[in-house]
Amino acid sequence: MLRYALRRLISLGVTLLVASLVIFLALEVVPGDPAAYMLGVNARPDTLAALRAELGLDQTPPARYAAWVAGMLTGDLGLSYTYRTPVVDMIVERLQVSLPLAVYALALSTLIAFPAGIWAAARRGSVVDVVVMGVTQLGVAIPNFWFAMLMVLVFSINLRWFSAGGFPGWEAGVGPGLKALTLPAVALALPQASILARIMRSALIETLSEDYIRTARAKGLSRGQALWRHALRNAMIPVLTIIGLQFSFLLAGVIIIENVFFLPGLGRLVFQAIAARDLIAVESVVMFLVFAVVVVNFAVDLAYAWVDPRLRGRR
Amino acid sequence: MKAGLILGAGLAGVFVAAALVSFAWVPHDIGGVDIAARLRPPGAGHLLGTDHFGRDILSMIMVGARTSIAVALVAVGIGIGVGVPLGLWAAARRGSWADEVISRAGDLIFAFPSLLIAVMITAVFGPSAVNAIIAIGIFNIPVFARLARGAAMSLWTRDYVLAARVAGKGGFRISAEHILPNIANLLIVQGTIQFSLGILAEAGLSYVGLGAQPPVPSWGRMLADSQTMIAIAPHMALFPGLAILLTVLGLNLLGDGLRDLLDPRLRRRRT
Repeated sequence: MLRYALRRLISLGVTLLVASLVIFLALEVVPGDPAAYMLGVNARPDTLAALRAELGLDQTPPARYAAWVAGMLTGDLGLSYTYRTPVVDMIVERLQVSLPLAVYALALSTLIAFPAGIWAAARRGSVVDVVVMGVTQLGVAIPNFWFAMLMVLVFSINLRWFSAGGFPGWEAGVGPGLKALTLPAVALALPQASILARIMRSALIETLSEDYIRTARAKGLSRGQALWRHALRNAMIPVLTIIGLQFSFLLAGVIIIENVFFLPGLGRLVFQAIAARDLIAVESVVMFLVFAVVVVNFAVDLAYAWVDPRLRGRR
Repeated sequence: MKAGLILGAGLAGVFVAAALVSFAWVPHDIGGVDIAARLRPPGAGHLLGTDHFGRDILSMIMVGARTSIAVALVAVGIGIGVGVPLGLWAAARRGSWADEVISRAGDLIFAFPSLLIAVMITAVFGPSAVNAIIAIGIFNIPVFARLARGAAMSLWTRDYVLAARVAGKGGFRISAEHILPNIANLLIVQGTIQFSLGILAEAGLSYVGLGAQPPVPSWGRMLADSQTMIAIAPHMALFPGLAILLTVLGLNLLGDGLRDLLDPRLRRRRT
């Protein structure tokens, strides 16, 4: 187990290193000088040179890459060109919206998907199964930002239960904060819950046809007992993998959904930074998101190997 | 589940047909602004109503279908065109450095949430439909490379491949003549699924302004435009979203149906 973890840890490091190189090189070829962009067209050459020196733009690309990576290792992502604040502070501040939103959505998705998937599998072919399969088919096909807009129309504009966007900040209390994140979280959760329910259902149906379930039934367990005691636990492996993978989809989804609801999270930060040509911020936020995805996948892999020893030998 | 296949093909067919018809004819010209006719609800003159510039929404959806379908189709084409040869190459040289590099590069791309690739490309080259295609296409490459590699690997142990090797065929010819035809079914099914994901991705990108730029109509941007009008003209938000939903639903049903049709062994495992 330790050797497996170590090997995965090395591959994690390599992935992050290559990803940082790709991100750096991609943004390196961006046309235009950020310093010139910040100062406008009438800037004096010496002011421009001073700002370039301050931002480190006068150094060679390899030196800047080294400085960026070294900074990241010590938790310093540099100064944002436009906001003139440390990028780390900006990310931490925005994370207070994006992370709760992603976790909220993941929790909702699991809460919806588990009962729906288990119920559909237990009553395979029944009306319940047909309804669950139909609804999830729609849930997979619906664009989440459109679903979000429809919810705004119904719950904010017509019923006035929720505000149509914005975030009061956690200072206003946990209740109002969660309330502001509810519609975005539901919009994010619906497609994920649909996928998860379908995976849950098919994994359960698969395990329910195994020999050990027949043995359990032969011992005198009812269908329900066999499902809860034996089938569910074995069906959890694919389900857990998908939950881990969904985190990456949720992070991507957050980028769009935050724009629908005008939430001051990482997603909006990325767009604002792009619009302002704030490349340090873009570069660091993208790197941070990649880091989050890679680390979550790493944790899922480890959990997986811990639950199922057969997987440790592979690759 | 023949019904799903027929329904799926029907739905997808309607939107492909709408896109094709739009080249020759649309109910109303969408080039001009007609303020007098703005924000009309659905009715006789304009079947699905008009937008804030007085443009006919049905016509916009028909022309927008072109953008969605073209972007998704080319992106899937990039995925298949680049990914499948790479996957076949990796399988033919199993365990070699080429296999290792191709597999690790795929892992690397999967480490980027799909939308982030688009965000970066936009940051570098600016928003456009072409850059949306590249972003979605890049993400499709490892999908098809993995699929082709995995499927090809199991075929390399078959007797007919051994026979071909005995006959003196090299890795390239075996891959092209024996492996590829046998994984074509899988590729078609996955292609349909990626096509539907591409439509969703394109809609999302143009919604946040990273896809097709004005004046090229696209479903995602129609939704973005409708957002501020949603209280006074909900029809502006309703119909483009329905177009996306029905197209994606159709393609998903088509993919499921094709999988059942082309590979009966998978029927039991359907998710």
